[in-house]
Amino acid sequence: MTLQVDITRHAGDFALDAAFEAPAGVTAVLGRSGAGKSTLVSAIAGLSRPDSGRIDLGSTTLFDRAARIDLPPRKRRVAVVFQESRLFPHLSVRSNLMFGRRRRSEAQGPSFEQVVETLGIGALLSRRPRSLSGGERQRVAIGRALLAGPGALLFDEPLAALDAERKAEIMPFLETIVAGAEIPVLYVTHALEEARRLADRMIVLERGTVLASGPVEAAVAAAGLASAGDRFLDGVTVEATIAEIDERYELTGLALGQHRVWAPGVLGAVGEAARLRFLARDVALSLDPPQRSSVRNVLPGLVRSLKRTGGPYAIVSVDVGGAVLRAEITTRAADELGLAPGRMVHALVKSVAVSRA
Amino acid sequence: MHLPLVLPPVVTGYLLLIAFGRRGILGQTFENCCGLVFSFRWTGAALAAGVMGFPLMVRAIRLSIEAVDRRLEDAAATLGSGRLGVFFAVTLPLSVPGLLAGVVLGFAKALGEFGATITFVSNIPGETRTLPAAIYTLTQTPGGDAAAGRLVLIAVALSLAALVASELLARRLATRISG
Repeated sequence: MTLQVDITRHAGDFALDAAFEAPAGVTAVLGRSGAGKSTLVSAIAGLSRPDSGRIDLGSTTLFDRAARIDLPPRKRRVAVVFQESRLFPHLSVRSNLMFGRRRRSEAQGPSFEQVVETLGIGALLSRRPRSLSGGERQRVAIGRALLAGPGALLFDEPLAALDAERKAEIMPFLETIVAGAEIPVLYVTHALEEARRLADRMIVLERGTVLASGPVEAAVAAAGLASAGDRFLDGVTVEATIAEIDERYELTGLALGQHRVWAPGVLGAVGEAARLRFLARDVALSLDPPQRSSVRNVLPGLVRSLKRTGGPYAIVSVDVGGAVLRAEITTRAADELGLAPGRMVHALVKSVAVSRA
Repeated sequence: MHLPLVLPPVVTGYLLLIAFGRRGILGQTFENCCGLVFSFRWTGAALAAGVMGFPLMVRAIRLSIEAVDRRLEDAAATLGSGRLGVFFAVTLPLSVPGLLAGVVLGFAKALGEFGATITFVSNIPGETRTLPAAIYTLTQTPGGDAAAGRLVLIAVALSLAALVASELLARRLATRISG
């Protein structure tokens, strides 16, 4: 089964003009806020009507402007996991889970017991949504969508409203659920990490148009996500205070914990706060402080964690006191430097790579 | 529809008299078709109370239905509910407290209705004398104070009972709805 989308929709000065195909398996839709992700989801689910184009799911036409076909949401068999879970507050977890299943007697897919077991929500069945944690709610919402026996599954930023810990809690469940999916699964997100972890293919959406699509890494390369201080990239944002201005060289020196960080340009007046963005790709690690180097920012710290993110990449978190920086390095570099939690390193950041968040 | 909310009650009563009186178009129609007579009967008092109370009730109920989170209704639709299904499974249960408030509001308005009733069906003992009309009559009668006081107590008790009952029900429903 393949989901084929080719639609346009205008609203105010925003225009969505997207065409793509999503075969069985997970396709990530990556874009920042305002890129048209939500519009896309609601158009596919039937909650809003595109201006033109068509949407097909397998052999069923969900929408075809020219042929005046516009199936109502209930007939589309497109289940959605929303960012805010949208559980029904007046129903128990069990009734929420069965909401879709009861209304689609022909529904295929996993059994109630299987879903409850996979998501680990057996103990919650008689509770009300209000008494659940954010992570639990989202697990129930995922179960509810699965049990509706959908022909396509849409995830609309399911982790965006959760803190890092909850995200880490849900991720394994998501991985189990989408692994080997026999239906098209669209995973809409603004976080490249999530897309990399879950998806086989990716569509990069920008200002309403498809910037790139294909296998995840190919799409990353094609969309040029590796360049230009892109917000999709892994990195951290830290609060620093402007401590001095070098007017001659047009540099700003900021106090970050015990350290002085130099950023290009005059970012403000002394004493003001500034948020700085350090991309993981721009942070290098060295065991010894560099001698006679052009790198202006050298921050000694301790390795907190080392995560191999797949392929040749690893992400190292370094606590420099006052901030935890993330450095993306190759696994070979990690091995040759003998990096491990607790190890003393120097995080190196070129001044030109420091930007205001 | 909302006109009786803003019109002076006496005007509403006078319009009812014109339309539903023995010679009124609607009055004649009802009398010919079902033998239903409104003018100077208790049925007319009920009609006046309804006309005055209904818009208030409908307004409150409509507000509570519109206040239900649209996103939950959308979610229900993607899970296979049709329009009616969404209404009965999500919208209605979630707006029950407001519904209840609307009913109480309508009841209170009908209970207190005076102007339209007295203009439309007058104040006939045993037929169209409503509680407020009876109290008014007694206050105009020498020595009627004690009887008026008793009726006032009944009115207060009725209103309080309605208020307390609705409050209790609404609370119970609210906990059921949001767990």
